[in-house]
Amino acid sequence: MADKTCELMDCGHRACGGCGPAYAGRLIMKGAGPESIVCASTGCMEVFSTPYPQTAWKVPWIHSLFENAAAVASGVEAALKKQGRKENVLCICGDGATFDIGIQCISGAFERGHNITYICYDNEAYMNTGIQRSGATPYDASTTTSPAGRRSTGNNRPKKDMPQILAAHGSPYVATCSLAYPNDVIKKVDRAVTTEGPTYVQIHTPCCTGWGFDGSKTIELGKMAVECGLWVNYDIVNGKVEKAKKVKRKPVEEYLKVQKRFAHLFKPQKNEAEIAKIQAIADANAEKFGIDINI
Amino acid sequence: MKQILEGSHAVAEAVKLCKPDVVSAYPITPQTHIVERLAEMVADGDLDAEYICVESEFSALSACLGSSAAGSRVYSATSSQGLLLMAEVCFNVAGMRQPIVMSIANRAISAPLSIWNDQQDSIALRDCGWIQLYAEDAQEVHDFHYIAYKVAEDHQVLLPVFICFDGFILSHTYEPVDIPTAEEVNAFLPPYKPYNMLDAKNPLSMGMYATPEYYMEFRYEVDQAMMRSADLLRKVGKEFGEKFGRDYSNLVEEYRLEDADVALVAMGSICGTIKDAIDEMREAGKKVGLLRIVTYRPFPAEEVQKALKGITKIGVFEKNLMIGSRMKGAVGYEIKDAVNDSAVQVLSYVAGLGGRDITIADIKKMVGEIEAGRGDCFFGLRQELI
Repeated sequence: MADKTCELMDCGHRACGGCGPAYAGRLIMKGAGPESIVCASTGCMEVFSTPYPQTAWKVPWIHSLFENAAAVASGVEAALKKQGRKENVLCICGDGATFDIGIQCISGAFERGHNITYICYDNEAYMNTGIQRSGATPYDASTTTSPAGRRSTGNNRPKKDMPQILAAHGSPYVATCSLAYPNDVIKKVDRAVTTEGPTYVQIHTPCCTGWGFDGSKTIELGKMAVECGLWVNYDIVNGKVEKAKKVKRKPVEEYLKVQKRFAHLFKPQKNEAEIAKIQAIADANAEKFGIDINI
Repeated sequence: MKQILEGSHAVAEAVKLCKPDVVSAYPITPQTHIVERLAEMVADGDLDAEYICVESEFSALSACLGSSAAGSRVYSATSSQGLLLMAEVCFNVAGMRQPIVMSIANRAISAPLSIWNDQQDSIALRDCGWIQLYAEDAQEVHDFHYIAYKVAEDHQVLLPVFICFDGFILSHTYEPVDIPTAEEVNAFLPPYKPYNMLDAKNPLSMGMYATPEYYMEFRYEVDQAMMRSADLLRKVGKEFGEKFGRDYSNLVEEYRLEDADVALVAMGSICGTIKDAIDEMREAGKKVGLLRIVTYRPFPAEEVQKALKGITKIGVFEKNLMIGSRMKGAVGYEIKDAVNDSAVQVLSYVAGLGGRDITIADIKKMVGEIEAGRGDCFFGLRQELI
């Protein structure tokens, strides 16, 4: 059960000032509540929250490897079932662990129908290892393995549609949300853990270090992503999209120009063609989810 | 009660009596008959366990880790490529001190692809922190499961166990197997009492990362637990003998070694053939004996030293290959280290890889090579193919 007052991922961890995932971790646990077991993947949140012998977690927490959190959670869930226990079983993993290296384990766990909630904190690259491109990295973002250069405008592929992949597995509840809307995160995590079966929540978590913006602007960046349509908050219930958050859309340029990962689109001169391609992605999102508020 | 059982089914019967809460496995030849039989037992209600039908061996062992961490007794089985796919999880399970028991139907490693027997798979995982037992026959592989859970779950040990048995040679052949009653097993193997576990009432963090100030001590503790497990294996093996009449207190088996001039050392089912060869050679006046390694990890160096004392010609039968090493085999190295005497000849013979048959005549020929001091080589190569 959700409890907005509880702090189950507590202070004392070593996240960067203004870290999006750290804030998301707090919100996730407010949504899931104390009767939860967390299975973590290797990644930023694992590293900043559990340097032995200290831990930021006030719920049972286990980390095994980078790519197996969903399989570990499957085992935890099976054991609880056999023992007649009722704790929520959560995975909390980054986008690299989710979109890339762990996708097989997730697919298996969802196909088998385990009663688990898989939460991806999506900061759109491998941040812990130094900002390398993942399948969640947006089009044209410059990362250390998709650097913008004389012949490149950064990451040359659009973001993988992970929520749709998991909805296609027959998940009863898939949701996306952003840390810029904390009540929405808490509500969606609560709904995910109280829905029987494998459920998925993907949280947009701006990363000041990896994206290149001031740590005081994390919430603002999250809001800008939603307001330009590059990130959409929606639910997929039993395969059907419900309740996509409507916005009075702003141009993507405003969101792009405040981040170093897109700086190459603005200097030495503005790259209108590439910005137009990114605008087209936002336009397609708006069309697909019907998020535009028409005045 | 004695039954004529396929080796794989002898394993499944033992697993059933060990009452795991969770079984998670993925099919691979020649292990499949074990997990198929367990699935039938679950389907018929003869085994009250959660059976997680995973999408890979990697997930099989990962799921076992999760269940074990949540306080359940768990079981898995695999072979060859499956074990290698689990490799990362194997190291992790041992480091996290989860007492998982897994049967390994030993099989060769690709390339080239081979479904047939050798012991390269479990030997490749030598340093991952799992206890490794090697069975000679179906009865032993059956019995090892009771002993393995009891030792693994002891709070002085808390390490996982591979129960290795030769694929096809043991997994797919029928032998009489004495199966204890559920009451007898319950009296021997108490329910699993986790040392700690994931529990919302008592939250703790498992699998935290360690900085250079802490990492080495964790690894040291794994090694110390492995060394301690030797005594537990002896004690529990003795207790098993007292209850069931089959004593496993020795981590090695000595066969006609007392007055031997030549000793063969081997692991697994080949030891049956070697014993027959020794009987024939003894009748012909040759003083040959066998030292069978039952526990490869922890390695029983003291027993080996004692058993081989005074024997100056030792040959090690290797169903594995240490590519690029002078001795060629992973067992020979351990024997040489245990004997630790430059006056004693310890030679390795890589043989029977990928399921190549080894006969009594081959063993006799190998003993001839030992006597002649020729070794540290492949045995039985088809020269016309090279």
